[in-house]
Amino acid sequence: MHHAFTLAGEMLHALPSGALFWPAQSLLCVSDLHFGKSERLARRGGSLLPPYETRATLEKLEADIDRTSPARVICLGDSFDDLAAADGLEEAARLRLARLMAGRDWTWIEGNHDAGPVEIGGTHRATVTLRPLTFRHIADPSQSAEISGHYHPKARLKGTARPCFLLDAQRLILPAYGTYTGGLPTHDSALQSLMQKGALAILTGPRALPIPF
Amino acid sequence: MHLPAPLTDWLAKKGWTLHPHQQQMLDRAATPATLLIAPTGGGKTLAGFLPTLAELGTTPPPGLHTLYISPLKALTADIRRNLRTPVEGASLPIRIEDRTGDTSYTQRRRQRADPPHILLTTPESLALLLSYEDAPKIFQSLQRVVIDELHALAESKRGDQLMLLLSRLESLSPNLRRVGLSATVEDPPALARYLSPTACDILQADPGPDPDIAMLETEAPPPWSGGGGRYAMRAILDEVRRHRTTLIFHNTRAQAELFFHDLWLQNDEGLPIGIHHGSLAREQRERVEAAMAAGQLRAVVCTGSLDLGIDWGDVDLVIQVGAPKNVKRLVQRIGRANHRYNAPSKALILPANRFEVVECRAALDAVRDHTLDGEPRGPGPRDVLCQHILMTAASGPFDANDLFTEVKRTGPYTTLTRPEFDACLDFCATGGYALRAYDKWQRLLEKNGRWQLRDPRNAAVIRQNLGTIIDTETLKVRLRNRLGGTPLGEVEEGFASTLTPGDTFLIGGEIVRYEGLREMTVEVTRQPGRDPKVATFNGTKFATSTLLTQRILEIFQADSWPDLPAHTAQWLALQRDVSRLPQPDRLLVESFPHDGREHLCIYGFAGRNAMQTLALLVTKVMEDQGLAPLGFTATDYATLIWCLDPVTDAAPLFDLDRLREGLETWLGGNAVMKRTFRATAIIAGLIERSHQGRRKTGRQATFSSDILYDTLRKYDPDHLLLQVTREEAERGLVDFSRIEDMLARVGNRIDLIRLPRVTPLAAPLFLEPNKIPIHGTGRERMVEDAARRLMEEAGLA
Repeated sequence: MHHAFTLAGEMLHALPSGALFWPAQSLLCVSDLHFGKSERLARRGGSLLPPYETRATLEKLEADIDRTSPARVICLGDSFDDLAAADGLEEAARLRLARLMAGRDWTWIEGNHDAGPVEIGGTHRATVTLRPLTFRHIADPSQSAEISGHYHPKARLKGTARPCFLLDAQRLILPAYGTYTGGLPTHDSALQSLMQKGALAILTGPRALPIPF
Repeated sequence: MHLPAPLTDWLAKKGWTLHPHQQQMLDRAATPATLLIAPTGGGKTLAGFLPTLAELGTTPPPGLHTLYISPLKALTADIRRNLRTPVEGASLPIRIEDRTGDTSYTQRRRQRADPPHILLTTPESLALLLSYEDAPKIFQSLQRVVIDELHALAESKRGDQLMLLLSRLESLSPNLRRVGLSATVEDPPALARYLSPTACDILQADPGPDPDIAMLETEAPPPWSGGGGRYAMRAILDEVRRHRTTLIFHNTRAQAELFFHDLWLQNDEGLPIGIHHGSLAREQRERVEAAMAAGQLRAVVCTGSLDLGIDWGDVDLVIQVGAPKNVKRLVQRIGRANHRYNAPSKALILPANRFEVVECRAALDAVRDHTLDGEPRGPGPRDVLCQHILMTAASGPFDANDLFTEVKRTGPYTTLTRPEFDACLDFCATGGYALRAYDKWQRLLEKNGRWQLRDPRNAAVIRQNLGTIIDTETLKVRLRNRLGGTPLGEVEEGFASTLTPGDTFLIGGEIVRYEGLREMTVEVTRQPGRDPKVATFNGTKFATSTLLTQRILEIFQADSWPDLPAHTAQWLALQRDVSRLPQPDRLLVESFPHDGREHLCIYGFAGRNAMQTLALLVTKVMEDQGLAPLGFTATDYATLIWCLDPVTDAAPLFDLDRLREGLETWLGGNAVMKRTFRATAIIAGLIERSHQGRRKTGRQATFSSDILYDTLRKYDPDHLLLQVTREEAERGLVDFSRIEDMLARVGNRIDLIRLPRVTPLAAPLFLEPNKIPIHGTGRERMVEDAARRLMEEAGLA
């Protein structure tokens, strides 16, 4: 079950999967997919991790798209673990992604991992503004009414750590959506200095659960 | 074979003569493989070295002659001291050095360029030495390998790795002879086959007189539950006073710390007493070891770090605090006292609580009857083999056929098939996935029939990952000051993360105040005289052996217990009065509320692993029935489950078909399997150990091994590492056959008793440290409640 809240007067849904849905715009937003992470690690001489994370992430995304039927999808940066990972995407994943993109307004926002265009269709942008909200990869402390990703926030409750959304009156930070992604604890100074007093952490999991930040 | 004359003279001057088994070792110096079984104090380590001293003689040729391998770092330092005494006494020009993780970088480099005659080391340090390209040069002159405390190594993957390393050494120096030393073995031929499957002589020394061993009874009865034996401090101090030197053994480090702290508070006479355990800083441990060797201490509070063969001073009493859990370990600890061969060892066991009184009684009976316990081990695990393949590749290109032959020569891997070996090689090379994703990025490549690293820089990563001990992450603890501060020891990362500045905890016997975390070091200040928050840093949790478990159940069947102290007899009588005592042909199940939650206690007496498996399967049925199980803990004799709703009918929980059905699906997703997978993935080299100092602080980059486990289970269920994880679980963790035996034995004689509160027998289970959470509807309900409460408290709901 999702958690509904408002940011800059707009009603938004934090989905239990870690995706954001904006009903008024029929818009689905996901952040930090990190497609091709295992391939990049192997290419750089690191561990040979199970090469299934792209498929797992796509299955999760497909389920959210089936549930919400969005007209518009925004991938909020770090969608690919690097640009070569985008080129190296296996055929099955490429086809699956193409099916999801078909008939939708699809925007790739640049992240620090995937700065530059990818040969995969859709629109490529540094930021997107859909009044009154602005979508960018890394939060800008001087801005408000802003939706971003990048930090992979996670919060602990009752001994379990879960990826979470962070929400205050100015901004929303999305959790990482990709399968092979770790998290930054909410008590980290980077997040502490970014979020205002009274902020919420919305945990992902079987249902979206808000707790005080 | 004769000892060099100066050594014979020196021995004669000291008035020492060789024991018969020491002389036999000299006589059999040419035997390719020998297992020597001798009691502690029987000079077995010297027996192992005598042929070396004889062969090196008065004019030893340069080069490494003998490698000595022990399971403990402390043991290598101790043996170096003991061995240097006769060698220096006889003025023999023999170089003896040790090499462990504690050895300095410059010394280690020098040892590779110019090895000593005798090198004392651990399996992990040997693996590292063999991973270097110059390994053939280092070991070309090697003649003998002496493995101390072989039985202890053979119980774990460290032994499997060591046997692979020996086989590798044998390829580098074909005339290598091996000697295994062991004090306590339940099955000598099996251990001999483990050491050398083709031919291994067994030499049994005279076992010596029976130990003088008893239960330490105190005026005050032991507490109803809990560990540590602090109630008996006075009685223990009296014993210390009456003896020359006493070793006080504890089963966990945390208990040793708490005990030592209390002992000091009551030590009015200021008897010199030290503490020694594996979490203390090396400097601290060395100080205690030196004081002990110099005879300056009247007692040392210690843990397993002193378990194995360290010969210090004149120990004339051993006190075991807490039930020994395992007869073999008890016999070994008793052996620490009175290191004069042919004099009986003196030992006292102190039960920490009333259940342990029964356990101690059972252990004493077993020692008296000369029965030792032990579980046979299955074939060598393949994650260890994967690491061995990677280590071999780090040392240079290799031929797969040669390596396979080498591996097949080892005791634990005699039954390994070629396809199994090839699967391990494929895992090392490509990851071994059903989806052939990494053909382009292989870790190992075959070139001209020889396998090698694609990227030679990978050797450094492989070396950092060597070893089969998977420690909980630990952080160093230092006193805070400008100069960096005195190191005090280590605590678990999980424990450190629960601390907030101002919290106090015990380490090295003193109370310290947590000040903060700086560059992966816990900074503390001294804080005398405050009640500490208990340190939960890694103490090994031992499982009671099946043998002891059965003896305990037998004791329960008696009408009365004249052999037990009155308080324990009364406790058992009370249990019989308010509930029942478990019986061999029935299954006792108690249900009661406690602390706002429902509890179910199942007295299966099937051993810890089987009781854990039973808990996993029963909670699965409870989840299906909507009883909202939250977690459980398992001991050798019982399982305690906590849940939100009470159980009213026990029979459906123990339906064998239903349990078996649940086995596959449920085990796959549980926390125990994930823990096993993590260890396997680290050993096999799929994920790297995190190293202190090198660890990334940007935690977005790392993710939990649980994610890899779930991904593999979903997309590649037959992957090698999942096979290894399952095998391990079935062999050690699951023990499903014991559950089947138990249920067949009790049939439909299952007694569910509803009680208003915790029963005497169930109480100790609440203190079990190893609690396993269940991530089901119950926990979800609690998480939701907690979230709602937090929101209300914050005025946000």
